[in-house]
Amino acid sequence: MTTFDPYAPSRDTTEGKVFSVTGGDWDALVQDIGATKEERVVVNMGPQHPSTHGVLRLVLELEGETITEARAGIGYLHTGIEKNMEYRNWTQGTTFVTRMDYLGPLHNETAYCLAIEKLLGITDDVPERASVIRVMMMELNRISSHMVALGTGALELGAISPMFFAFRERETVLEIFEMITGLRMNMAYIRPGGVQQDLPEGALTKIRDGVKLMRKNFKENATLLIGNSIWMKRTQGIGYLDLAGCTTLGITGPVLRSTGMPWDLRKVQPYCGYENYNFDVVTADTCDVYGRFLIRMNELEQSLRIIEQCVDKLEKLKGAPVMVADKKIAWPAQLAMGGDGLGNSLDHIRQIMGTSMESLIHHFKLVTEGFHVPAGQVYVAIESPRGELGASVVSDGGTRPYRVHFREPSFNNLQATAAMSEGGMVADIIGAVASIDPVMGGVDR
Amino acid sequence: MGLEEKIPSGFLLTTVEKLAGYMRKNSLWPATFGLACCAIEMMAVGSAAKYDIARFGSEVFRASPRQADLMIVAGRVSNKMAPVLRQIYDQMSAPKWVLAMGACASSGGMFNNYAIVQGVDHIVPVDIYLPGCPPRPEMLLDAIIKLQEQINDTKLGANRAQIIKEVELAAMNAKPTHEMKGLLA
Amino acid sequence: MTDGMFGAKGTGDTSGYGGLVRKASTAGSSERPYGSYFDDVADDLERAYPEFSDAIERVVVDRGEITLHVKREKLVEVALILRDSLKFEMCMGVNGVHYPDQTGRELHAVYPLLSMTKNQRIRLEVSVADGDAHIPSLVEVWAGNNWHERETFDMFGIIFDGHPGLTRILMPDDWEGHPQRKDYALGGIAVEYKGATTPPPSERRSYK
Repeated sequence: MTTFDPYAPSRDTTEGKVFSVTGGDWDALVQDIGATKEERVVVNMGPQHPSTHGVLRLVLELEGETITEARAGIGYLHTGIEKNMEYRNWTQGTTFVTRMDYLGPLHNETAYCLAIEKLLGITDDVPERASVIRVMMMELNRISSHMVALGTGALELGAISPMFFAFRERETVLEIFEMITGLRMNMAYIRPGGVQQDLPEGALTKIRDGVKLMRKNFKENATLLIGNSIWMKRTQGIGYLDLAGCTTLGITGPVLRSTGMPWDLRKVQPYCGYENYNFDVVTADTCDVYGRFLIRMNELEQSLRIIEQCVDKLEKLKGAPVMVADKKIAWPAQLAMGGDGLGNSLDHIRQIMGTSMESLIHHFKLVTEGFHVPAGQVYVAIESPRGELGASVVSDGGTRPYRVHFREPSFNNLQATAAMSEGGMVADIIGAVASIDPVMGGVDR
Repeated sequence: MGLEEKIPSGFLLTTVEKLAGYMRKNSLWPATFGLACCAIEMMAVGSAAKYDIARFGSEVFRASPRQADLMIVAGRVSNKMAPVLRQIYDQMSAPKWVLAMGACASSGGMFNNYAIVQGVDHIVPVDIYLPGCPPRPEMLLDAIIKLQEQINDTKLGANRAQIIKEVELAAMNAKPTHEMKGLLA
Repeated sequence: MTDGMFGAKGTGDTSGYGGLVRKASTAGSSERPYGSYFDDVADDLERAYPEFSDAIERVVVDRGEITLHVKREKLVEVALILRDSLKFEMCMGVNGVHYPDQTGRELHAVYPLLSMTKNQRIRLEVSVADGDAHIPSLVEVWAGNNWHERETFDMFGIIFDGHPGLTRILMPDDWEGHPQRKDYALGGIAVEYKGATTPPPSERRSYK
């Protein structure tokens, strides 16, 4: 065919004929490809594609419908967060890290704050109430993150209803977040030394109600998919990756646990007092997409268990501090809505403005300049919904980070795309990527 | 845009305008163009029964830009993504509208650095800006409704040309932002 | 910019301490006993690797973490022994740090290792000069380091010799420079307000 097709122009290269398809007449394109007499076809998928879980680009080499080579292209959401943090003080950094992996903002903040606390040497000084609140918020966050993973995963495999149900549950969690932090996402709630403010009145009741509601609703969600013959066929035996593969690729999280390895940092290297809670590490032994789906489903129940224990603990710890006692580090955590709609408690403002010049100076210095963190470097890892989230933080002794690097589980796990999908059918790569649950904000930072 | 551009101004055109605006505003089909955090809130608008964008005729999120007429730029646009974004915009068929959702898409937001395009209006013309980081789903609904009002009142043909001329002239004569005195004066 | 914020001239520093410059300090070598399981790790490595004293420049124990500073020529050997004999099955990637003040060893590559068998963590650190930023690749040892090394190359310009495809990963292919080095400006533009302009973050008045 020699006529120029405006929608699928072709050009000859050393690699063979290249077609750029932007729509139009597919029949003509198929005819053209057939005329080249080549079995090997390279297909570019993304970065804007409804099934690639964000701005992920997949370059697939196909033979018929079988993938012979899969490569992932990333970087379309690179935000320069790590560099930007070097120009802000330590506390402002929480506002940046929360926007990395935007489905697990509280996990990012916790990893970052634990690293700062380790550098400051105040890990043991963080009040118990703050740690319990952190655990509770992280587990709520795990639920909302898994809900998005399950909903979008199902949507990408063609099931729309699970998405509606998953987002209904997510709203329950986000309402709790909004009540406690004031924001639905990107809350920068967990701060070096504790949390930004104490729980508001009635929060625990709302959480209890939410847990009850979610426990009932999760059963509905599960019955939508478990046993559904299409779902089973699209997930069982798909995206296989065994323990050896996971180890060599550094894969953690649900993908690792789907090989039967009970590796959960909450259990094996506890932080924030996770050793004081009763919960089980969920595993599966199928190494496939279905196993990872079941793990996420069952982790929801474990998170609910932890949240209930947190609520019990918080009731006992009523009135306890939520920020370290050291006033050289702690931002005021007794915030309240003022008449101007801004959030410093009136008592605090009255004190610094009216009674003590020293307090005013101190407040100003702490907020504008920030605190100094002794020089050194640490690596702190926590279990995010997607696996090991590590914060490598270097300080030079100043009021700003010298270098912050996040070892993002999404970034690392996405490398498994090729191992999971090569040799399989092209339709199955969608399931494989969805089961990794990469969040591109975390991948690219 | 098409035939309607050729119609002379007058009573007939006003009637056509009203009809076209009414039709267009009630069947805004957004493209699924999620980038970052805002995309999750955009998904919530589309999927969570609580918000239900279907009430405003926009629930049909199209995966192909060719079938969509509203691009919701939901999230930060990196320099690497910018050409892709422009291509998607070019692939959409006119009439098309762009909604810059969130601070990053509107102005670069807090990411004033080497990686991020400081506002998507450097790449594509934006019809409505939506502040927030990320904006609540209700805010997105509100922005879509406001955009629908704009679309409803869109002029066609000679009237539209006239308006574009006036707006451009006003923009050229406008004072730069940093020279304005505003509330500080 | 001649005017800082609030109309200040020069650096805008009014505290008088603006001239103080803190240098990024690197803790000196630690003395035995290191404490915790670190002595065991060091002993095991010395036993399994006869060239220990030659390959490991120094051992730093700080804030409950152990860092082995490895000579780059010996990095692959050490990594193989750590993986096979000491059961550090997982490498949690690599990240670069740029210390422009440390002449001759400006660029550092930091590898956090994890042993699931023994539930231990250690860290390897390799430092190279800016002009000769070559480090042997560990992709053959831990395949998962592939993208991490590409990212470190992209952001710091460290060349990992033997990497199967060392190309940019986060930035566009034709990007110039390595953005997360200290000598690369943050970028960004001035922000205009009604009646004022604020310089980009990297040019604003700042406290150190």
